[in-house]
Amino acid sequence: MSTSASTGAAAPASTSAAPRQEWSGQLGFIISAIGSAVGLGNIWRFPGVAYENGGGAFLIPYLIALLTAGLPILFLDYAIGHRFRGSAPLAFRRMKRWLESLGWFQVMICFFIAIYYAAILAWAASYFVYSFGLKWGDDPTSFFLDYVQAADPGFSLAIVPGVLIPLVIIWIAAIGVLALGVAKGLEKANLVFIPLLVVAFLTLVIRALFLPGAADGLNALFTPDFSALTNPAVWIAAYSQIFFSLSIAFGIMITYSSYRRRKSNQTTPGLVVGFANSSFEILAGIGVFAILGFMAHEQGTTISELGGLKGVSLAFMTFPKVISEMPQGWFFGALFFASLLMAGFTSLISIVQVICGSFQDKFGWGVRKAAIVLGGICAVVSLLLFSTTTALNVLDVVDAFINNIGVVASAIVTCVIVVWVLRRGRELMYHLTSLSTFPVGTWWLALIGVVAPIMLVYMFVSQVITFFVDGYGGMPGWFLGVAGWGSVVLSVIGAFILTAQRWRVDPDDFTAWPAYTPTKKEAK
Amino acid sequence: MSASALVVMIVAMIIVWGGLVASAVLLARRPEVSAWPTPGPDDEEDMSFN
Repeated sequence: MSTSASTGAAAPASTSAAPRQEWSGQLGFIISAIGSAVGLGNIWRFPGVAYENGGGAFLIPYLIALLTAGLPILFLDYAIGHRFRGSAPLAFRRMKRWLESLGWFQVMICFFIAIYYAAILAWAASYFVYSFGLKWGDDPTSFFLDYVQAADPGFSLAIVPGVLIPLVIIWIAAIGVLALGVAKGLEKANLVFIPLLVVAFLTLVIRALFLPGAADGLNALFTPDFSALTNPAVWIAAYSQIFFSLSIAFGIMITYSSYRRRKSNQTTPGLVVGFANSSFEILAGIGVFAILGFMAHEQGTTISELGGLKGVSLAFMTFPKVISEMPQGWFFGALFFASLLMAGFTSLISIVQVICGSFQDKFGWGVRKAAIVLGGICAVVSLLLFSTTTALNVLDVVDAFINNIGVVASAIVTCVIVVWVLRRGRELMYHLTSLSTFPVGTWWLALIGVVAPIMLVYMFVSQVITFFVDGYGGMPGWFLGVAGWGSVVLSVIGAFILTAQRWRVDPDDFTAWPAYTPTKKEAK
Repeated sequence: MSASALVVMIVAMIIVWGGLVASAVLLARRPEVSAWPTPGPDDEEDMSFN
């Protein structure tokens, strides 16, 4: 660890950095990577998306998407971060000087995601406490809108104290973990929270399965509608779900794999992480739909009649209502919101580490300085935008645009530049195969160079058209322009500004290992 | 539950949870490659240049 950690002094230019931080071992890395991948999307997005897109039949495109895009791009992130041993900007710069800006674009995406993601965790923390008295009463929807004091689309500085306090606590906790570094902070936090999350969530799912109506819920989720497979929208939904759920293509997995020892297995741990992420989604699907089945049973209706089956409305409106109707609902509620909180927190710290690690690499900042300064900046912006009465709409729009435009664009650019422009695919393939017990071949190049980009470009174009033609969520155009397109444009501007800064630590004082001899064709 | 839903649920569990178990077993049996590429980084220093 850099000695400048305590003083925060920047190392002079052209000085080699101290040895890179490392995970304590393979297990620490795997658990942390699972902690990052398993987040809110696993719990509140997958079940509803599967249900709306063909139920059981959705699992076919979902598994195909996992195998043809999710795992291959995950491997690509691992290869870039591990071979070039850097957070996104450093790793991309070492691959090609001008590619550094792509790394900073990913850092900016992480900034925007972190600031709203923390706000959702703050709500979950409040609701964890509210569970003990079932404080939301008979009308959880009104209760939630009162809790966040939801105002019309816009930007207000009217603070909501009920959100402000938990949000401050979340940020202090995140900064505290990050300040302890990779092995003592991030890894330790994951080693505590991931097993706890599994136990809490399994308890919840098993309890849910014994509720009356649970079987009807599982029927609704798993009954296959095979006609859905001819609908392109269903395939796009599957690729999107896999893509957003695995935390790929916005710097996290590059950063995490850069902290692995040089001699470390790459793809096989990647398979474990990818399948663990999907395993949790299947478990969440079973749990969530068993609960929805119970709700339909209690209300004498069917699941198709229920609203609010995913996202914020599932967690903070639909679920509280079910919890109130359940015997010992408080216990169930506490388990559910604690699960959301733990799954989300282990993702949040990975997102902010992308930012911290990048500044450590470029400016020679110490671990503590990066955590406090950069975590502090995120916290202040997060509090200004998301502890106010306008948070709900801003969050909704930033989330939609930064993911569907920013992250997808980042993935397309990464795949196309690495494989087609720089022609470094074979080098990365060699890197993965020579270090891993699960070798990758030309099929991997075809997936990251052809299949994944085609699906991603289709997703990107159709989403851009939708945003321009239909807008989003019935919100005014100026608001989408500022909060949605604005966050994407700011990410691009930020990327160029940060790329233009001088390196305080020489990025080129580096030799990639194992050495790769390009073929004649590649060398041209 | 209906038969089709039950079959789909079980198949999904076998593929996804089975995939997790299989990849974990694969990793446990062979945590590392049998031979690292040479010349390799010195384990003591672990190529400490960044």
